[in-house]
Amino acid sequence: MPAPDEGAPHSRSTRRQFLLGGTAAAGAGAAAALGYAVGARNGASDTGSEPSDPPQNGGRVIPFHGTHQAGVDTPPQAHATFVALDLTASGDRDGLRGALRILTDDASRLTQGVPALADTEPELATVPARLTVTLGVGPRAVLVAGRTPPPWLQPLPAFGIDRLHQEFSDGDLLLQVAADDAVTVAHAVRMLTKDVRRFATIRWLQSGFRRAYGSEATGTTMRNLFGQVDGTANPLPGTPDFDRVVWISDGWLAGGTSLVLRRIAMDLDGWDRVDRDGRDQAVGRRMSDGAPLTGTHERDDPDFAATTPVGFPVIPEYSHMRRARGEGAIGERIFRRGYNYDGPPDSTGSGSGLLFASFQADLDAQFVPIQRRLADLDIMNRWTTPIGSAVFAVLPGCEAGGMLGAAMFA
Amino acid sequence: MTITHRTGLPLGILLAASLAALTGCAGSANDSTTPPPATAAESVTISDAWIKAADTGMTGGFGTLHNESDEAITVVSASSDVSSMMELHETVMSDTGSMIMRPRDGGFEIPPHGEFVLQPGGNHIMFMHLDEPLVPGDDVAVTLTLSDDSSYTYTAPVKDFSGANENYVGGATPAPTMGGMSR
Repeated sequence: MPAPDEGAPHSRSTRRQFLLGGTAAAGAGAAAALGYAVGARNGASDTGSEPSDPPQNGGRVIPFHGTHQAGVDTPPQAHATFVALDLTASGDRDGLRGALRILTDDASRLTQGVPALADTEPELATVPARLTVTLGVGPRAVLVAGRTPPPWLQPLPAFGIDRLHQEFSDGDLLLQVAADDAVTVAHAVRMLTKDVRRFATIRWLQSGFRRAYGSEATGTTMRNLFGQVDGTANPLPGTPDFDRVVWISDGWLAGGTSLVLRRIAMDLDGWDRVDRDGRDQAVGRRMSDGAPLTGTHERDDPDFAATTPVGFPVIPEYSHMRRARGEGAIGERIFRRGYNYDGPPDSTGSGSGLLFASFQADLDAQFVPIQRRLADLDIMNRWTTPIGSAVFAVLPGCEAGGMLGAAMFA
Repeated sequence: MTITHRTGLPLGILLAASLAALTGCAGSANDSTTPPPATAAESVTISDAWIKAADTGMTGGFGTLHNESDEAITVVSASSDVSSMMELHETVMSDTGSMIMRPRDGGFEIPPHGEFVLQPGGNHIMFMHLDEPLVPGDDVAVTLTLSDDSSYTYTAPVKDFSGANENYVGGATPAPTMGGMSR
């Protein structure tokens, strides 16, 4: 509940206001059940919006509590900021637990459109716009909590294509903060990071974007800044297939998953020199609609056996899709939820690229083989360079009153 | 405790409550067959409670007090195991124009079916002498003693906070600002 703007008792309140207040409070529950935050919805109906205004998206909320954390199977929001934190000397076992308690409480409020406790900008918190806060841990946090990290929770094997920078790599804690509104994301990041500043400091922060909410039909596969339809092969959230690919099923991380975040610099100047046909060949899909070169629709199954009249594969051996797909490697699937980034040109080329974010239940079995194949041969490596890499264990979800990561301390 | 203790309420509030009852504007939740609460503590709650982290010295407690009864309830004192001395404070402008905090005469009066906000820069519960550091993530139990001598205990999390730095004026001992020793 936003704090009133004065400390005096609300002696001006009338009985009628109390009754209305009660109605509003009762409405809050109902509105929350419908996936709307009250403040924003009232804004739409009560403040004299122009009749021609489109319905407002700012009040939409994603439930915070549950078996899994939100922000993985949630339809990707328009904006995301990934923040890695390093534990300080105060971030010992008790300090880490304190930090997780605070982060859990802050996230449970902010995602529902409610200011965090001691929120100094409570007005910025009332437009959740599908805000999700997803918390992950690196190997040191697991050790600090008193557990042995799972073997996969470590930096990825070194790949020949990597040109990694420490300022985009690794970390003890991860916050993935995503919403359809960049101001909402900025406020949540600020609130969350300042609330744990004693225990953890910001190691790196990476922000990315997709199409704005409402610009395209929900479920449209994103395009990266090469113009490439990126993520067609993703399992569909809400299906048993997705659950199998993404969620860890046993141990203290049951209900969680693994996150690989790779910062992929994209050489837009180099890509400019590749003509349309060359781009199709490099990707293995048509740039126009994302259909495999052997198909007519984006989701058509590629026919890797198909050959041209002169006997070459229609989907080239070096193409990104063919290398990523691994032909018959059924267990090697991942769920991608990436974001574009851009910035001023830098030493890596254009300054633009992709925050490649991938979730999978078994990082060693599902992700690493794909990355190996792509590192060994993928024509796209000519225009892409991994410059950051981090692996985190995404904690299981928690119920109301619970704490994210509680099982880590058990 | 007993109804008798509530007759000490200001006349205006009694009148207002009576008028509200007479005109049928009483809170919709009130059922005439429900006996009135035996103590003020049964009608008091706090929401969004938190305490500013500090290693030593003073700090402040905040939140929104609610009164679900038909009569005003006054918080007359606060206590907690973490501070040997507690006060109920208000923040006002001094003669020199700076904001100062000082004990509030008469405590915190929560109006009937109303709330009383405790926030940085305003009214707050003052922990005058911390016996141990208050670290973010800790939970601290605070007990409020109410006008009828009943008491209400709640638990509040500790949070780092950069504000709430008003100077303390009052009492005999010179003291640092609230949370002045916190990081």
